[in-house]
Amino acid sequence: MKTRIEIRNGPLDSTEPAAWLGDAGLSGAQVQFAGQVRDEQGRVEALHLEHYPGMTESVLSTIVEQAATQWHLNGAWVVHRVGTISPGDDIVQVAVSAAHRQAAFEACAFIMDLLKTRAPFWKKELIGGRWFWVEARERDAEAAAAWLQGLSGHELP
Amino acid sequence: MIEVRFFAALRERVGNDNMTVSPPETVNTVAKLADWLTEQDPRVAQALAATPRRMVAVNEVLATEDAAICDGDVVALFPPVTGG
Repeated sequence: MKTRIEIRNGPLDSTEPAAWLGDAGLSGAQVQFAGQVRDEQGRVEALHLEHYPGMTESVLSTIVEQAATQWHLNGAWVVHRVGTISPGDDIVQVAVSAAHRQAAFEACAFIMDLLKTRAPFWKKELIGGRWFWVEARERDAEAAAAWLQGLSGHELP
Repeated sequence: MIEVRFFAALRERVGNDNMTVSPPETVNTVAKLADWLTEQDPRVAQALAATPRRMVAVNEVLATEDAAICDGDVVALFPPVTGG
């Protein structure tokens, strides 16, 4: 399986994951998720993301390895942006390829749900010229917990 | 010596992104370290009190408050993560 994990301080290209995952007939399914900056009815002027260099990459690698133990994947792409980002821009891209669609859909959702609750990124929003830290959501924790409950005998650190 | 790192809102509240400390040997878990820092440093005390929900990492791996720590470890304290 090929894996690409990257933290990027610059714009993401939405065509890149599909091109990188392309494997000329090996995979029958490719699923790509893009997380984008919402403007919340025009209130949010920008988003700023910081992370914990070193730990971020190792957490993302662990999540992808965990996905690969549950689903047979041919490729996984996880690229996350940091720095200041404009509404409508991509924040994160998660894309996976597999022989069949179910594995690709599920692995993509799993990677994203675990990333939301475990990868050390923090967001703040620029609203009315002032920056405000974004609070974590309980439902994100519940989504990650639901996956982990279903995976017996594979505890993530 | 233990390196303590702070991120995001907690870093801003502390006014510093890291500090190196030498607590007594009885300070052997993340929770005890946080309590000890609270006694030692009013700014950290205030910052931790203002951040009731927090996550921790020891040597760049997510950990719990009762995780053991020892000399040379890097302990990171931060608010719940909000990436994606």
